Amino acid sequence: MAGKKTHFVDSDILVIGGGFGGCGAAYESRYWGRDKKIVVVEKANIERSGAVAQGLYAINCYMGMRWGQNEPEDYVRYQRNDLMGLVREDLGYDIGRHVDSTVHKFEEWGLPIMTDENGQYQREGKWQIMIHGESYKPIVAEAARKAATEVYNRIMVTHLLKDKKQPNRVAGAVGFNVRTGDFYVFQSKAVIVGAGGASHIFKPHSAGEGMGRTWYAPWSSGSAYALPIRIGAKMTQMENRIVLTRFKDGYGPVGAYFLHLKTYTQNGFGEAYEPKWRDSIEKMVGDYVNHEPVPTCLRNHAFLKEVEAGGGPIRMVTKEAFKDPHKEIVGWENFLGMTIGQAVVWAANNIDPKEINPELVMSEPYVMGSHATCSGAWASGPEDYAPDEYQWGYNRMMTVDGLFGAGDTLGGTPHKFSSGSFTEGRLAGKAAVKYVDDLKGNTPEVDESEYMELKQEIYQPLENYRVGRNEITAGTVSPSYMLPLAGLQRLEKIMDEYCGGCGQRYMVNTPLMERGIELLKMLREDLANLGADGLHQLLRAWELHHRVLASECVMAHTMYREETRWPGYYYRGDFPKLDDKKWHCFTLSQYDEETGEFHMEKAPVYHIVDEHKKAAE
Amino acid sequence: MPTFVYMTACDGCGHCVDICPSDIMHIDPTTRRAVNIEPNFCWECYSCVKACPQNAIDDRGYSDFAPMGHKVRVLREPEKGTISWRLKFRDGREKNFVSPIRTTEWGSIKCASEYEQPSTASFDSAELAHEPDYLKADGGLRTISKQQFKKHPIAKEKTSNLKAAE
Repeated sequence: MAGKKTHFVDSDILVIGGGFGGCGAAYESRYWGRDKKIVVVEKANIERSGAVAQGLYAINCYMGMRWGQNEPEDYVRYQRNDLMGLVREDLGYDIGRHVDSTVHKFEEWGLPIMTDENGQYQREGKWQIMIHGESYKPIVAEAARKAATEVYNRIMVTHLLKDKKQPNRVAGAVGFNVRTGDFYVFQSKAVIVGAGGASHIFKPHSAGEGMGRTWYAPWSSGSAYALPIRIGAKMTQMENRIVLTRFKDGYGPVGAYFLHLKTYTQNGFGEAYEPKWRDSIEKMVGDYVNHEPVPTCLRNHAFLKEVEAGGGPIRMVTKEAFKDPHKEIVGWENFLGMTIGQAVVWAANNIDPKEINPELVMSEPYVMGSHATCSGAWASGPEDYAPDEYQWGYNRMMTVDGLFGAGDTLGGTPHKFSSGSFTEGRLAGKAAVKYVDDLKGNTPEVDESEYMELKQEIYQPLENYRVGRNEITAGTVSPSYMLPLAGLQRLEKIMDEYCGGCGQRYMVNTPLMERGIELLKMLREDLANLGADGLHQLLRAWELHHRVLASECVMAHTMYREETRWPGYYYRGDFPKLDDKKWHCFTLSQYDEETGEFHMEKAPVYHIVDEHKKAAE
Repeated sequence: MPTFVYMTACDGCGHCVDICPSDIMHIDPTTRRAVNIEPNFCWECYSCVKACPQNAIDDRGYSDFAPMGHKVRVLREPEKGTISWRLKFRDGREKNFVSPIRTTEWGSIKCASEYEQPSTASFDSAELAHEPDYLKADGGLRTISKQQFKKHPIAKEKTSNLKAAE
């Protein structure tokens, strides 16, 4: 599409994605880099974009150091325990030591945080505080808009650009405007990826209209991974997909119900089922079953085994708690504040939790880096204490020079949630300012031949459709092009059947994945034939490109780790047990664009705090 | 379709088009009014419903699991700082909720560059903006000694090249 107008935007710091990670990056880089040109680019509108677009009813990462509630060491123990031993403890400690200042700033900006009778933040659980967060995102976006020199809404970033002279260095990004169709070339000294994790790479339970009601937002298209993967950034723990226990169909969250409302689960016959499965879990994972709190994946495992054994449906016992009018209000507002769809499902089905114990479901898998899972890019640790092996320059810089990340983008740091992702954006923002200062005159340059070639590739789906559409009378069936939705459903089916989706009860093995890799390869080839009837479908086409590359990486990692580390997230039928001797390590991958191969290696885990709190603490 | 637009109420202003995180609210070229073009990519986030000045947008639960006859209506009043909800069950029962959404004036957030220029020492330290003050914790910013790190040994090096798609 030679006719598309090209815009050039230069910056010192380019922030891709205006969710919580990106907003934190914009704020902090402005604070430290007063003279810097900071550009934020977002495929939607930062007022309501990212995973928090709809709001939140809790902040799930807050230490409460001011009240002596938790220290960063405690947080690291919690992360490690929940992820079965494998987290980047240096990165987690860093989130823990800074996150309280982020939350205190949110409160000052106007976020309503609930308080208890002592005037302290109302705790939902050990790590969670309760908020009235309908406008959480608009408030945070206001701070980011003021901080940024320019915000470009409705631009889908499709590729990162490499420096003309140094191949392992980032020089910017390209994308297109979803409204005007114009082509954008962003040249920048440093780039911070704050894009989203991945929904819709595994087939969801609902295949009709309800496919939009995935747990993670349907606009989370794995750009957090595809962007860095393509230019050769090392990725970690991409096999560590997450599966969630949620209220059925609406995927309403259970955190406030378990922790604050003190509701609990039962099987279809009204019995407690978790204790029944304890011994079988111990046979798979050994002592990890005794950890407190019980890791998320192991609780999932008990749920799955109980349903397989004929004990379904699993229900949340709400009837007792909802007799308390205050708890009833909290129970409903919890959904209205962050998962309105669940309130819709209950209203439609005449489910009043005062009278009916609602059903729970085990979701399809998701790949992301900020909840009880930690897929993402391999990043350098904090300057002041990270082990040498984890430290190659600037905090939160990936293995590509000048390329930083935050939120879902960075791996090894679970349980960041909204506040931790914003905090990680702040860390990346400050580090990027330092990086740019240290460059002095040595600025990266984009390569014209590279971005012109990409321009051709980016608009190809429009051309494919224009030509192919004339072959057929009408309808969606063409022998020449594939519509983005068709490609997406093909991807979801492959990942479901060959990489441990809910349709296969999360089971996978080597022969299945060998076939899965072949199928993904053919899908990858067919992406060259994507057809888009307009700019909206062009957006969907590039979201699909990102999801497919992220999926290939997930498949490669899942194949490489020969153990079942997180039963309840997925199972390796050929390696059914946790194997600490061989696999108490991170998996790393690096993609080679020339060959289409992922090079896999192991990286060591460093434990920076003792497993158990010292008595004196 | 999760959100839909009432023909007689919509004036085609495009607020919903501007806000939708999923890019699915579009102006129909024939009616000049808004329409949800891709209900199966609607998260029921209600961003469009809340943004509509005419209250012309409503939601009907996903057809593959929501029986008909329900309503979940919302009124967001930024100037009052509240959001009000009315739920109507299929059987007619109603529930109402009101919550605060913001404690400060819209637009009142102080820009990051309006604060005093931080010192070089602070820039070179591990501190983030407004720290240590905003940690509000005795002892200020935490750190940990490198000496505390224990490397978990890796059993044996295993590398491989997995052929993936080109």
